[in-house]
Amino acid sequence: MIPFLTNLVNGISLGSVYAIIALGYSMVYGVAKMLNFAHGDVIMVAAYVSFTATQYWGVPPLVSVLMSMVVCTLLGITIEGLAYKPLRQAGSLAVLITAIGVSYLLQNLALLIWGANPKVFTSVVDFGGIRLFGGELVISDEIIVTIISGIAVMLLLTWFTGKTKMGRAMRAVSEDKGAAQLMGINVNFTISLTFAIGSFLAAIAGVLLCSSYNTLMPTTGSMPGIKAFTAAVFGGIGSIPGAMLGGLLLGLIEVFGGSYVSTELADALVFAVLIIILLLKPAGLLGKNVQEKV
Amino acid sequence: MKKFWKKGGSFLLPFLLVIAAYIMCQIMISGKTMSRSLQGQLIPICAYIVMALSLNLVVGISGELSLGHAGFMSVGAFTGAVVSGLMLKGWGVEDTLLRLICAIIAGGCMAGIVGVLIGIPVLRLRGDYLAIVTLAFGEIIRNILNCVYISVENGRLFFGFNNPGLPGTILLNGPQGAVKVAKIATFEVGFVLVLFTLFVILNLVHSRSGRAIMAIRDNRIAAETTGIPVTKYKMMAFVTSAALAGMAGALFGLNFSTFAASKFKFDTSINILVFVVLGGIGNMTGSIIAATALTILPEVLRAFSTYRMLVYAIVLIAVMLLTNNRQVKSFIGVVKEKVRLLFNKTPHQPKGKEAEGK
Amino acid sequence: MKLNSDVKMVPVPSHSIIPERDSGKPVVLEANHLGIQFGGLKAVDDFNLTIGRTEIAGLIGPNGAGKTTVFNLLTKVYQPTTGTVLLDGKDTAGMSVVDANRMGIARTFQNIRLFDKMTVEDNIRIGLHNQVRYGMLPGILRLPSYWQGEKKQHQRAMELLHIFNMEDLADVRAGSLPYGAQRRLEILRALATNPKLLLLDEPAAGMNPTETEELMRTIARIRDEFQIAILLIEHDMSLVMGVCEGICVLNFGRVIAKGTAEQIQNDPVVIEAYLGKQQEEA
Repeated sequence: MIPFLTNLVNGISLGSVYAIIALGYSMVYGVAKMLNFAHGDVIMVAAYVSFTATQYWGVPPLVSVLMSMVVCTLLGITIEGLAYKPLRQAGSLAVLITAIGVSYLLQNLALLIWGANPKVFTSVVDFGGIRLFGGELVISDEIIVTIISGIAVMLLLTWFTGKTKMGRAMRAVSEDKGAAQLMGINVNFTISLTFAIGSFLAAIAGVLLCSSYNTLMPTTGSMPGIKAFTAAVFGGIGSIPGAMLGGLLLGLIEVFGGSYVSTELADALVFAVLIIILLLKPAGLLGKNVQEKV
Repeated sequence: MKKFWKKGGSFLLPFLLVIAAYIMCQIMISGKTMSRSLQGQLIPICAYIVMALSLNLVVGISGELSLGHAGFMSVGAFTGAVVSGLMLKGWGVEDTLLRLICAIIAGGCMAGIVGVLIGIPVLRLRGDYLAIVTLAFGEIIRNILNCVYISVENGRLFFGFNNPGLPGTILLNGPQGAVKVAKIATFEVGFVLVLFTLFVILNLVHSRSGRAIMAIRDNRIAAETTGIPVTKYKMMAFVTSAALAGMAGALFGLNFSTFAASKFKFDTSINILVFVVLGGIGNMTGSIIAATALTILPEVLRAFSTYRMLVYAIVLIAVMLLTNNRQVKSFIGVVKEKVRLLFNKTPHQPKGKEAEGK
Repeated sequence: MKLNSDVKMVPVPSHSIIPERDSGKPVVLEANHLGIQFGGLKAVDDFNLTIGRTEIAGLIGPNGAGKTTVFNLLTKVYQPTTGTVLLDGKDTAGMSVVDANRMGIARTFQNIRLFDKMTVEDNIRIGLHNQVRYGMLPGILRLPSYWQGEKKQHQRAMELLHIFNMEDLADVRAGSLPYGAQRRLEILRALATNPKLLLLDEPAAGMNPTETEELMRTIARIRDEFQIAILLIEHDMSLVMGVCEGICVLNFGRVIAKGTAEQIQNDPVVIEAYLGKQQEEA
């Protein structure tokens, strides 16, 4: 029972991180219709910023988190403006390759600045965690903060996209760019804003992820990035509740698969479930299947 | 006659290019003017050209984005390593050329079979969903290969899954990958493989089947109402591409003494896609040039050591931005027109005009 | 201009009419109580139509009446919720678009769907896909069957292009053709599949009166030469009334009138639902 609960808690925690990253992926896909492969690397940048601030400049952990949020938000806007905006009319493959180029660029910049050696990332939270069932079930402070942040992000985003004017604009752009423009929505601004929000979320995810796993390398972001992308597709890319659901499921499958099946095959299991889901629901769990009109 | 050259020219150009490059390489090797590091790159370049060409069949001709092409390469590489190992240790076949050819054929067949298995579910999906599932399959293949153990004893193969304790000579050793691979790949065979790939792809494209594949790419609904079975032809392109990638994998793998599945990561798939996109989607000559140039580029940039991958990334972004910039595009158009005038002396008529003049 | 004035229409058991010359032969298409529902909306309801072996039939109706949906039902792009489609006497239930084409039904589209990046000739060669066949391996290895097949396809393509005198456009990219030529090419591509029934979705859209008149003559000529049936959707009344023998009027997914051009023109229900509206506008 206890190992099961431990796995469950770990799974939800990992799933929350995936969900937060996947939200960024999914929102960007929704408005810009592009697979932003550089998204995972923003996570890595966030973690390095927080690391540098705390280790070299002696900034308190919470302030360092705020700093990485600001840096990543600006980074997201910059990347979009410099690399993706000029390609708005270009084919989707051109944008994809550019995103890959940006991903390489971020990784190699990080390599130049911080070196190839893994850094030890000290957790940004430290209040000891809680022990349940007479100390048998330990829930670390990182996990508690991760889960709480996950829930908070989901609630805030649901409110933002559902209730605010900007959120509505975002949904309108993701549905039909041309029509949104005709209705007086500033499409370019909306896309920039979406990248800003996505990168902001990536910053949160990056700090949380590295707080739990403690190692930091220039390639730290790529695998979580791909996983989150998978999660976004899993839930139905472009759908916000879908990204949350997909992220959570993915985290749970990975943790349970790793502990009950085999650690080597945990990733394979995640991807296998994705394939099965897509075969049953070709547009993901909560995605809408759009048929081409004849 | 002129028409024949116009049509035949675009067909023959990539062949002539490859043959000329091969002759040049041979001259440089015999004249000892080729650097050692570049010589070491020749076989990988051949393998990458075949990878790029085969991926171009899926991305350019069939119009489906595949992000797991390295998966087929790894299947070919591991199969090739096992076959070559089995022939040497199990059956005592010493002839390296024979082993290499058998390994390449076996790698192609195995990758083709995997291609069929993957194609059945994958080709039901469309667009970005298809892309993510190919990515997923690429990762699954790598994860599974990390758990496979194969050994040979007395001419028999022993298999183990997540089970290292096998008798005899170990050929595949789980996460360590293929150990005891004989380095038997040669540039000559690589060159022939490139020609073979070009031959298969170009002939396929210019045939009934190839037209059906392109028809589905251009307008799926129209193709269906014209009586073209979509799944069959998508599958044809996908499996042909997988088999060719498997052959490239076998060539690539047998150029090492050991290699692990981690050599065929998602990054490898992406790099090959970069060759295809930079070379021009659907343009086979472009794929050859891009694969060659981008494999050599990091070697050339070795002088910059730590900056080379950074430069690579910047080049990649810059090329994508420039080739999609309207001003640059029209500038290229003007240059092309000038070059045409230089050779033809007659101004080129835009095709649309011809049609309206009817 | 009228090409259909001397045709006599006779009733068939399915409460429809076909030209007298076809009455001895089995009908090419019979749609019985065809219907489809999208969500709560009945896009087409209780659609009945019989088309004679060499009949040129028209399907008309105001915008949104469900004409193209009928085409999609007949060609199996949609599977009907109710009713059956008999093609050449065979039930097409559960068939795919590809099967339907192989059984002899070909079509064009309202919004032209050519293979834009390919040449005019290649577009027609794709239409010949199931007519002139050779396998993948002979294609790659360039075996004799490849050369024979290619030669046959080329000859056939040129013959078809000759119908519209488009031979000299064979090597032009289909996407760069002018609009009218694209529509003609789409008809040729459909003809290449050797259909028994050809469905034309607004073939005269975007054509000027001279072109429309020429198209009308060509449609009649295609029918005579190939001895096939043609069903067309058209808004250009001069074309419909000039060339169609049996006409079926659709409104809100239901057939409101069926008959010859004269009967339709004088039908008060049609005038109210359709022609009346047009007269007001004019």
